[in-house]
Amino acid sequence: MSASVRPVQLFRNLNAKIAAIPMILTALVIFVGCSFWTIFYSFTNSKLLPKLKFVGIDQYERLWASNRWLISIENLAIYGFCTLVFSLLIGFLLAALLDQKIRFENTFRSILLYPFALSFIVTGLVWQWVLNPQFGIQKIVRDLGFESFTFDPLYNPDIVIYGVLIAGLWQGTGLIMCLMLAGIRGIDQEIWKAARIDGIKTWKTYVFIVIPMMRPIFITSLVIIASQIVRVYDLVVAQTGGGPGIASEVPAKYVYDFLFLNQNLGQGFAASTMMLVTVAIVIVPWAYLEFGRRKHG
Amino acid sequence: MRMRSSVVAMVACLALPISAAQAVELEVTHWWTSGGEAAAVAEFAKAFDATGNKWVDGAIAGSGGVARPIMISRITGGDPMAATQFNHGRQAEELVEAGLMRDLTAEAKAGNWAKLVNPSSLLDSCTLDGKIYCVPVNIHSWQWLWLSHKAFAEAGVPVPTNWDEFVAAAPALEKAGKIPLAMGQQSWQTSGAFAVLMVALAGPDVFQKVYKDKDAKLAAGPEIAKVFAAADNARKMASQSKVQDWNQATNMVITGQAGGQIMGDWAQGEFQVAGQVAGKDYSCLPGLGANEVISTGGDAFYFPKLDDPEKTKAQGQLASLMMSKEVQVNFNLKKGSLPVRGDVDLNAANDCMKKGLAILAKGNIISDPNQLMTPDSLGQINDLFVEFFNDPSITPQDAQKRFAGIVSKAE
Repeated sequence: MSASVRPVQLFRNLNAKIAAIPMILTALVIFVGCSFWTIFYSFTNSKLLPKLKFVGIDQYERLWASNRWLISIENLAIYGFCTLVFSLLIGFLLAALLDQKIRFENTFRSILLYPFALSFIVTGLVWQWVLNPQFGIQKIVRDLGFESFTFDPLYNPDIVIYGVLIAGLWQGTGLIMCLMLAGIRGIDQEIWKAARIDGIKTWKTYVFIVIPMMRPIFITSLVIIASQIVRVYDLVVAQTGGGPGIASEVPAKYVYDFLFLNQNLGQGFAASTMMLVTVAIVIVPWAYLEFGRRKHG
Repeated sequence: MRMRSSVVAMVACLALPISAAQAVELEVTHWWTSGGEAAAVAEFAKAFDATGNKWVDGAIAGSGGVARPIMISRITGGDPMAATQFNHGRQAEELVEAGLMRDLTAEAKAGNWAKLVNPSSLLDSCTLDGKIYCVPVNIHSWQWLWLSHKAFAEAGVPVPTNWDEFVAAAPALEKAGKIPLAMGQQSWQTSGAFAVLMVALAGPDVFQKVYKDKDAKLAAGPEIAKVFAAADNARKMASQSKVQDWNQATNMVITGQAGGQIMGDWAQGEFQVAGQVAGKDYSCLPGLGANEVISTGGDAFYFPKLDDPEKTKAQGQLASLMMSKEVQVNFNLKKGSLPVRGDVDLNAANDCMKKGLAILAKGNIISDPNQLMTPDSLGQINDLFVEFFNDPSITPQDAQKRFAGIVSKAE
């Protein structure tokens, strides 16, 4: 009896499944399908148009022998590490400061979040002017009387990537701050009261009680920051154009330039495949720990 | 009231396509957006509209680097424009090979282009398997050194007449607080300057062997080492030049902040706009005063294949028109470039343009790198030189080794 009544698994929640079909198809065809297509063609010597002339791993050999690619990777590593650390740190600090029941909290929050409303292109241009030695910070400080003051990160190949980093942090930290503030406000007031009764210092309460409780918020922030890091492109194009020389090149720009400017699809595909692999190396172990562990109890 | 206006709108919508069907509209894309360039394009548009067709201007702001990817993706993506600019050379080579471009051989035969186009290498780079696929419209040459008379007067040295004198004058310029060599720090400018040095100091034959025949052994040899030594000098002379765009660098020469600039003949438009007179306020040295040779790069128009026979016919008209005598003169005078026809008279040309015309008439010409190498190889060379000019820690020897490596793998 029970066996004949039991519905087929496939047809459970049928409406929801039908509704999900377009998204499933999009994901399969666009994301997975096109990724495999790209990887496949990275083993060919396609120039302007995709061609099926296989050259093995030539494109990858050339990629890793290319000075520009190595500099791009190094820049992304520096930019990525610093963005991650400073976004979380500054974002949390600002949120904690705003949490002190200060006056004009709304105003401050708006001011700090405002840069996020600007595109990376505008951000890049603004900071190009701010950091320009003839018009920006250096000029102002020199006019104040410090004649020998020098601050021209965008014209110094050794530190140019930090100039880009400043602009990136200015743009992105506000959002992280808002997320953190929401997280802090989500902590039950009873916990604060309990901590106060126990005589725990405020900063200790933040570090040892609030932060561990905010784990989901931190993970959300982490994902948002990480995606911003990998796709950093427009900021560099607007702010430095990859210069001086090739000192502030990033992988995404390498991919774009080879696909569309240098008319070498094979090389661009190889570079984008390497970007995918890098992301996978970071994501897969984390996803395994995060989701796999729960399943096994 | 509301009802009536919507009826009017509907009628207008219906009427528009009908009236448009009489004049064939051709969308033409290009990246000529600066003042002088736009005026030059307007000459084409005016002449084409006079034939009863309609020129729809598709200017793409930015530069060739921004515009070309947009053009190519429109052609390969199945939304082709009726005509589009490229630099003549190998930029559209694969599009032609893939059969996406219209064959212009009939128009070329009717207009006798083979005889008219001078130098004939321009038409050669439009030709594939004996068929002609593009219309060259102008000649721009790279091999010019622009010198500021004001800067040299203030430094107390005579205006140099060749590259060696210029290098020798650099310390005096520096003492007077000038930047000897103005250079925009974009990759195409640095690699362009290097190619100019190669033609001037090692000679056109060496240049042709390296860029055309891809002779890697020669590229690693002593002749090119000499060029790299000169590039090292240029790098030191330009080390304080911190501008990006070429016209900002030209402006430093115009205002006398810098001694000179290696830049193509499009720079003289800037001198003209600033009201400067050739020979009095500035000098131009073709081939850096050492080898008076000019390269024959420039722009050409390609016509993607279209299904509409009316439009295809109009494409042919436009192609023939661009090559016609009157349009060539009007266009090139505004653009500051040299005409592609050997039989036109440019009386209105200024001194520097006349120098160029004389060299062209003598036949002292070489091909442009764009005609000889693929965008892929040129992109690698660009990367190398922008790095070389910005990073003093790269020795000329290292750079030469990498240059030879790129040449050996070039196609």
